[in-house]
Amino acid sequence: MRDALESGQPAPRETAELVGPGYTYGSLTEKLASIVLTPRTPRGWLVGFTIAFTFVMILLYAVGYLFVRGVGIFGINVPVGWGFDIINFVWWIGIGHAGTLISAILLLFRQQWRTSINRFAEAMTLFAVACAALYPILHLGRPWFAYWLTPYPNTMGMWPQFRSPLVWDVFAISTYGTVSLLFWYVGLIPDAATLRDRSTSRLGRIFYGIVAMGWRGSARHWHRYETAYLLLAGLSTPLVVSVHSIVSLDFASGILPGWHTTIFPPYFVAGAVYSGFAMVLCLIIPIRRFYGLQDFVTLRHLDNMGKVMLASGLIVAYGYLMEAFMSWYSGSEYEAFMMYNRVAGPYAPLYWALIGANVVIPQALWWKRVRINSALLFVVAFCINIGMWLERFVIIVTSLHRDFLPSSWEMYYPTIWDWATFLGTIGLFLSLLFLFIRLLPMISIFEMRALLPKPEAE
Amino acid sequence: MSDRKIYGLLAEFRTPEDLTAAVRRARAAGYRRIDAFSPFPIEELAEALHLHERKLPVIVLIGGLVGCVAGFLLQYYASVISYPLNVGGKPDNSWPSFIPVAFELTILFAAFSAVIGMLRLNSLPMPYHPLFNSRRFSLATSTAFFLCIEAADRQFDRNATANFLKELGPVGVSEVEE
Repeated sequence: MRDALESGQPAPRETAELVGPGYTYGSLTEKLASIVLTPRTPRGWLVGFTIAFTFVMILLYAVGYLFVRGVGIFGINVPVGWGFDIINFVWWIGIGHAGTLISAILLLFRQQWRTSINRFAEAMTLFAVACAALYPILHLGRPWFAYWLTPYPNTMGMWPQFRSPLVWDVFAISTYGTVSLLFWYVGLIPDAATLRDRSTSRLGRIFYGIVAMGWRGSARHWHRYETAYLLLAGLSTPLVVSVHSIVSLDFASGILPGWHTTIFPPYFVAGAVYSGFAMVLCLIIPIRRFYGLQDFVTLRHLDNMGKVMLASGLIVAYGYLMEAFMSWYSGSEYEAFMMYNRVAGPYAPLYWALIGANVVIPQALWWKRVRINSALLFVVAFCINIGMWLERFVIIVTSLHRDFLPSSWEMYYPTIWDWATFLGTIGLFLSLLFLFIRLLPMISIFEMRALLPKPEAE
Repeated sequence: MSDRKIYGLLAEFRTPEDLTAAVRRARAAGYRRIDAFSPFPIEELAEALHLHERKLPVIVLIGGLVGCVAGFLLQYYASVISYPLNVGGKPDNSWPSFIPVAFELTILFAAFSAVIGMLRLNSLPMPYHPLFNSRRFSLATSTAFFLCIEAADRQFDRNATANFLKELGPVGVSEVEE
């Protein structure tokens, strides 16, 4: 296995594969901090950010138009009341899950390989949640009353209806976003102190100084810090499972065929992990190449992420199988028709594309040669991202567009505003990522130092 | 050495092992107002310094319980007392459907307790600290390991303590101005 690694050198210790050879505390800190502290912004960064930011402008335009005209600009109708809004909401929130999984669950399992990717994955989580949270608000019809979803004493004398999964969603998503932010920020404090102490510009020292809050690396502080970090990981783990479960209850507590199933919560959580890892890979593979981070995000990382993706993909495939099986086994003609309509109805090409992208193509990950080939892995991960998006489309649209009464069947087609909003949130996501990479260390420096095999100070 | 009041003496070490050994010897020599600084957490250091504080988990537990109870009472008050609403014939106090929100608030409050508790116990944010006066100390967040014996220690003597620190094999020993 080790022969295949990039360095080509024998790895005497477990940790040696996680960091390239020959790094000291100084050179490692210098390498990771310089990406942020250099006054020169790489040209590639500028080009990328400009493109992404253009899409943010498109998003603002689409949202502005939505506020003026209302949700009629979307392709939704009766009975397809949920279109791209909810598809994209579920897709984005799922993507976020990999960040918490990497940072919290792998920490609890003492998987050291999480170290170089957790910061980045957590940032991805935050930005994905930000994109996701936009959609339910935008699809409200009167988005300016979004605050009615929160419980507060008001002159109308009314309260949210706490038996509704939609209200649970509000609490789940906002808690998830907040806790992810806290977790991410706590992880950043020691690294911000490093940047504060290394920055040569006054502005940098002030900015990172505020973020670091006076961190000095005292052993007493580290002691409590590690306890807090572990507790946060322990809290985030059930949280991340609850979030997509609650999202799935939005569907499962409805009575529509194809939605009203008990398999939804675990199947959604597995799908979330699946799409999240695919997104991490899609982002980290180009970035590690662009910034020359192959010594930190090694082939071993890619290999492991490929394995997680394969495992969660198999659970998702099992979910698809069970959906089909239950629609037959339930004996309900509506369930049976829903399945028939999925595989042979007007949206059948999307269903088969989804099976291809989510079930067939990822089987390539059984081969190690694919998992450690960054180009191939990127292609597979990209297919999975598309596949997971198609999955949400299929779940939402095929169940809605032909439910119980044929008289109320209707086709759903997204409009240009649907696409503009969707591409716009991708732009927002990428813009935030670009800013993050430029302003904050995308790899946790202090945790990487602890991974170095033998301390050799300069 | 000047006559100015100092915060303490700072010894710099090359490796975590050196620092841990130095902390052990300083403890053995009877110094108590000591602290160690490292660019990453070192498990042995906590042991060497005899850090046994376990307040944080208790704070987090209390935070979580408060969140859970507050979350449930909020829903109970809204659905039973203030605004009872018949939804699908369910009882006003349909507690199973109050679990998700109570759970989320448990996590939210516990997470805030963990972060704010950790920061407050560490007296952060603290923009100024005498140690920042030391020029070498800026390396504590990247490459160097430091042991500080504070002037407030009962055994502290400017010259004797400095000599003691020099015996521990540091890269250098310096005074930290108040």
